[in-house]
Amino acid sequence: MSVDSIRVSQKEPQVSTDMLQRMYELMWMMRQLDRRAVALQRQGRLGTYAPLEGQEAAQIGSALALRVQDFVFPSYREHAVAYVHGMPLKRILLYWNGRYDGAMPPEGVNLFPVSVPIATQIPHAAGAALAAKLRGLDQIAVTYFGDGATSEGDFHEAMNFAAVMELPLVFFCQNNGYAISLPSRKQTKVQRIAEKATAYGMEGVTVDGNDVIAVYLAMREAVAKAASGGGPTLIEAVTYRMGSHTTADDASRYRDASEVEMWKARDPILRAENALRERGAFSEEWVTQVRKHAEEIVTEAILDMQSEPPVTLDQLFDHVYRDMPKELAIQKQEALSRQAKGESVRG
Amino acid sequence: MANTTLIGAITDALRIALQQDERVIILGEDVGKNGGVFRATEGLQEEFGETRVMDTPLAEAAIIGASIGLAVNGMIPIAEIQFLAFAYPAYEQLVSHVSRIRMRSQGRFSAPMVVRAPYGGGIRAPELHCDSPEVIFAHVPGLKVVVPATPYDAKGLLLAAIADPDPVLFFEPMRIYRSFREEVPEGYYTVPIGKARVVQEGTDCTVFAWGAMVPVALQGADLARKQHGISVEVIDLRSLSPLDRDAIRDSVMKTGRAVVLHEAPRHAGFGAEIVATINDLALDALMAPVMRVTGYDTPYPLFALEDAYMPDAARVAEGIVQAMNYEIGARL
Repeated sequence: MSVDSIRVSQKEPQVSTDMLQRMYELMWMMRQLDRRAVALQRQGRLGTYAPLEGQEAAQIGSALALRVQDFVFPSYREHAVAYVHGMPLKRILLYWNGRYDGAMPPEGVNLFPVSVPIATQIPHAAGAALAAKLRGLDQIAVTYFGDGATSEGDFHEAMNFAAVMELPLVFFCQNNGYAISLPSRKQTKVQRIAEKATAYGMEGVTVDGNDVIAVYLAMREAVAKAASGGGPTLIEAVTYRMGSHTTADDASRYRDASEVEMWKARDPILRAENALRERGAFSEEWVTQVRKHAEEIVTEAILDMQSEPPVTLDQLFDHVYRDMPKELAIQKQEALSRQAKGESVRG
Repeated sequence: MANTTLIGAITDALRIALQQDERVIILGEDVGKNGGVFRATEGLQEEFGETRVMDTPLAEAAIIGASIGLAVNGMIPIAEIQFLAFAYPAYEQLVSHVSRIRMRSQGRFSAPMVVRAPYGGGIRAPELHCDSPEVIFAHVPGLKVVVPATPYDAKGLLLAAIADPDPVLFFEPMRIYRSFREEVPEGYYTVPIGKARVVQEGTDCTVFAWGAMVPVALQGADLARKQHGISVEVIDLRSLSPLDRDAIRDSVMKTGRAVVLHEAPRHAGFGAEIVATINDLALDALMAPVMRVTGYDTPYPLFALEDAYMPDAARVAEGIVQAMNYEIGARL
C-alpha cells in the first residue's frame, strides 16, 4: 500500500455544508479547550495533560460518524471524541485535575473512562462488541489508540479475537507520528499500520487524518459495515501530534522544527476552513459568531471545573467494591478522623 | 443430594448458572467442544450452544479484557484460564481494569465476572502449571479471591461468585479435583464469600489453610494428636479477599498458637498477612510465634522435586510441635 492509496475526501460533496460547519465549530472549540488546558497546567491549575492539537479532524470526524448507542473505548488523548459522544467538558477537565468524577460519563453516554496503559482498552471493545452481538443490539463498539499501541500484545490479541468472532467493532488508530519520542518508522516495519489488518483477515483502511470529511466518511462506512454484520475494520488515520506527548514532555528533544512546520501547513482546521470557503460557507460574520460561542463554552467549562467542591474521601473508599468490606470501612473511619484532626489543627 | 467430586460440583454450579440466567456465558480456551482440559465444562456447550459456552482464541489478555467489555455491556462472563500460571499475560487487565473500573467510574461501570483457574501442585504436571500465586491477586483492591477445598463449598462459593456484584477470582485446587467425593445438595445454594470454615475444632493450636492444603492440614493435625496428644483446630479460610479476620482472631484467642500453611513461597506469601492479622487482633493471646509452613523461596520445581517442595503432613506436625514447645525468651 502506498501513500497514494490514502483516502481523501472526494470532490463530490458527500457531507452537507451544515455538517461541515458543525465539524469546524467542534474542531475550533476543542483546540481552544486544548490550549487553555495546557496553559492551566503551566499555571499549576491543572495536572499533567495530554494535548490533542493537530488531531481534531481525526477525532471529531470519526466521533460524528458514531450513533449515540455505540460504545466508545478511548485511550487518553481522545478529549474531542469524548465531548462529541456526550461527555461534558467540565468532567474531561476534572479528570486531568486528578479527580475520579471526571472519569465518569453521564448515564446513557456509552463512553469508557480514559485508559492509560497502552492498548489495554482494545480488548474491552472486543468484549462490548461481543455482548452487542450476543444480545442482538443495534450497537457497535469503537476503540481508539495510537501508533505505539499497535506494538502491544493486547492490540494483536483483540484484533484476532474480533476478526475470528466477526464482531461489530471499529479499531481506530490515530497514527500521530510519535509514541512519546519514538517515530512511527521505528515503531513498525510496515509503511501503513492499516496493513496489519491483513494478518487477521480484516479490512484495513488508511485515511488522511487531517481531512475531517475523509475521516468522517471512512468511519461512517466502517460503522455501517459493523452494524450490518460485516465484521470489524481497522482504520488508520494519518495525523500529527502538534504538541508534546503530555505537558511533562518536551517534543523539541526528539523532532525537528521543520517537520512541525510542514504539518502546520496541513492543519486540519485550516483545511476545513478552505473546504467551507470553496462552498461559500465561511463568512467573517459566521466565523466570528462560532469563535465567540466556542470561547464562551470553554470558559464556562473551566470555571465550572474550578468551582467544583473539593473531593471527599467517599471517592477513595466508596466504590472499590459495591458493598464496602468491613476492614475498608474501618480504614475509611481512620482516614476521616485523621482528616478532621488535620482540619482542627489548621484551625 | 448427589455424591460428587470437587470438579463435578463446579460443573454442576456452572450448569445451574447457565440455566438460571441467559446473561451468563462461559468463555476460554478449549472450554467448548473439549469441555476444558480438566473437563470442568464437559457437556455444557452441547447443552447450551456455542453462544453460551464459547471457545476463544489462545489469548489470556483478550479473554479477560473482553470479559470486561462483556460485563459492562450486560453479560455475566465466566472466564476460564486454563492454568493460573498462564494468567500472567492477563495480570495487567486484572490489576489495571477489572479491579478498578468500579472506582474509576465512581460506580457508573462495574465488571462483575468470575475468572476460574485451576492452580497448585501435586499432580506431576509439566513446568509452570503448578504455581500458587493467589497472593498477587489477593493484594489487589477491587478483586475478590476465593478458593474452595470441598465439593460442597466449590458449588456454593462458585454460585455466590457468579451472583456477586464484583469480580471474583475463583481458584480451583486441581490436586483435589477428584481426590474425594461428598454429598452435595442438588439445585441452587450459595456459600457466603468472606466467611472461613472451622474444619475441625481444637484447643491447643490453630492451623490456617485453604485449597489443597486443607486436607494436608488435617493430616498434620492428626499426626500431632497421635504422636504428641495435641488438640489442633483447623480453619479453612475459603476466601483470601475479603479475609475473615474475625475467624482468625476468635480461633487464636482460644488456642493461643497458630501455624499458617500454604504451597506458595514463604517470602511475602499470604501467610504473612495472616500473621499480621493475628498481631493486630490477638497478640495478647499468643503463647508462641506464629509458625509458617510453606513452599520454599524457590520457583515451583519440575515434578521430580515436587514432593520435596510441597508442605506435607509431617511438616505441618513439625510446625505445630514447634509452636507447642516454644518457650518465651528462648530466642533471645
